[in-house]
Amino acid sequence: MTGTVDDVREPAAVALVLVSHSRELAAGAAELAGQMAPGVLIVAAGGMADGGLGTDYEHIEQAIERAASDGRSVVVLTDLGSAVLTTEAVLEAVAPELAQRVRLADAPFVEGGVAAAVTAHGGAGLDEVAASAEHAAASFGPGASAAVGAPEVAPGEATDDGVVRASRTLLNPLGLHARPAAVVARMLAGYDATVAVNGVNAASVLELMKLGATQGAQLQIEASGTQAREAVAALTDAIDAGFGEI
Amino acid sequence: MTLDVAWAVDWVRASAATVVEHRDELVELDRQIGDGDHGENLKRGFTAVLAKLDALEAPPATIGDVLKLVATTLMSTVGGAAGPLYGTAYLRAAKACGSSSVDSAGVVALLEAGLEGIVARGKATTGEKTMVDAWSPAAEAAAKASADGAQPAQVLEAAAVAAAAGAEATVPLVATKGRASYLGERSAGHLDPGARSSQLILEAAVAAADRAA
Ligand SMILES: [Mg+2]
Repeated sequence: MTGTVDDVREPAAVALVLVSHSRELAAGAAELAGQMAPGVLIVAAGGMADGGLGTDYEHIEQAIERAASDGRSVVVLTDLGSAVLTTEAVLEAVAPELAQRVRLADAPFVEGGVAAAVTAHGGAGLDEVAASAEHAAASFGPGASAAVGAPEVAPGEATDDGVVRASRTLLNPLGLHARPAAVVARMLAGYDATVAVNGVNAASVLELMKLGATQGAQLQIEASGTQAREAVAALTDAIDAGFGEI
Repeated sequence: MTLDVAWAVDWVRASAATVVEHRDELVELDRQIGDGDHGENLKRGFTAVLAKLDALEAPPATIGDVLKLVATTLMSTVGGAAGPLYGTAYLRAAKACGSSSVDSAGVVALLEAGLEGIVARGKATTGEKTMVDAWSPAAEAAAKASADGAQPAQVLEAAAVAAAAGAEATVPLVATKGRASYLGERSAGHLDPGARSSQLILEAAVAAADRAA
């Protein structure tokens, strides 16, 4: 074996395979995505057996089989042309039982990988993980929605419309970067509540990161759902604690 | 007359030889509109194919067996888009040639299956400055020659001549598929390396058929 198939920690129901022409690019993207989703098996399939640039059929096939072992489903992300073509060739040749558990996402490699990893970590199924990867381009693009502030209300207070609102100041010196964004998204996955921070979906790491909130930024929180109050309380506590970074 | 397994093996060996011989030319063509790896990738792929052929304990039983060995080896060793494209072409061709010999109609079936594989994998059509621009006229010319009663070697020759013309005709085209498409209009004025290597491989098939006669 080539030694470039590197898995990261213990598995969720959906695993990822990252196929790149470059061993380093695949490994780096796997590391980046894995940082935000420690429970997701992420298999890097980058480069040729000799370490050169290119895509290797057997290498990709092995990565997919490994990711799909123990009954997991698999979302595959690819970089340029031949990564797509070779993956398609593999999926055409493997057993139908395996092929039907694998989705090749038409998604940006890095952003899609991060989105898919976080979504898989939240316990989502195959279609949802693939969709999150494919929507990653839109949520990262320059045209992505601007943050909309809500009127400031006392923390945790439900208004007439049933929405629980709170406002907090971000204390983290580095702002709402990948790690705290992932903490928020993971934490909120445990509540039956739909939570928005500055108008974006707080369950989406990408949306949160896209806010570009820096230290001192005001975070307007709005939540609805049966556990809205609990979700807002947990979130405001975490913000006040600087997500454990201060 | 028919072409047999020995022809298929000779074709593969001749393909390897011509790809190695034209490595620098293919690299240069790909450097102009791509990432400059096509010649080296095909050289590596076909060199691996030769090693696999040499390691066989018994000669393959069918033409399909030969082509399948080429397919699986290229897919794992070429590295660029040519790997899955040629790999799928040889794989489909292998499925079309499950016997130990092919007549003129069999040659046409082989070429048409190869074209079908490239189109299925690359989702390209003619006029997009790709391998399809060599393979499509080649398959058409082969079908016509076979219908006119030509022998297998002449069918292959018609295919190779059409592939050469098709490759040459890619020069003014603007690429809309593959790495070259990133260049847009600047891709015009260059011969497509995949069309060129397709031509070389089909010419190798002719040379092998001439030797078999
Ligand atoms: Mg190239």
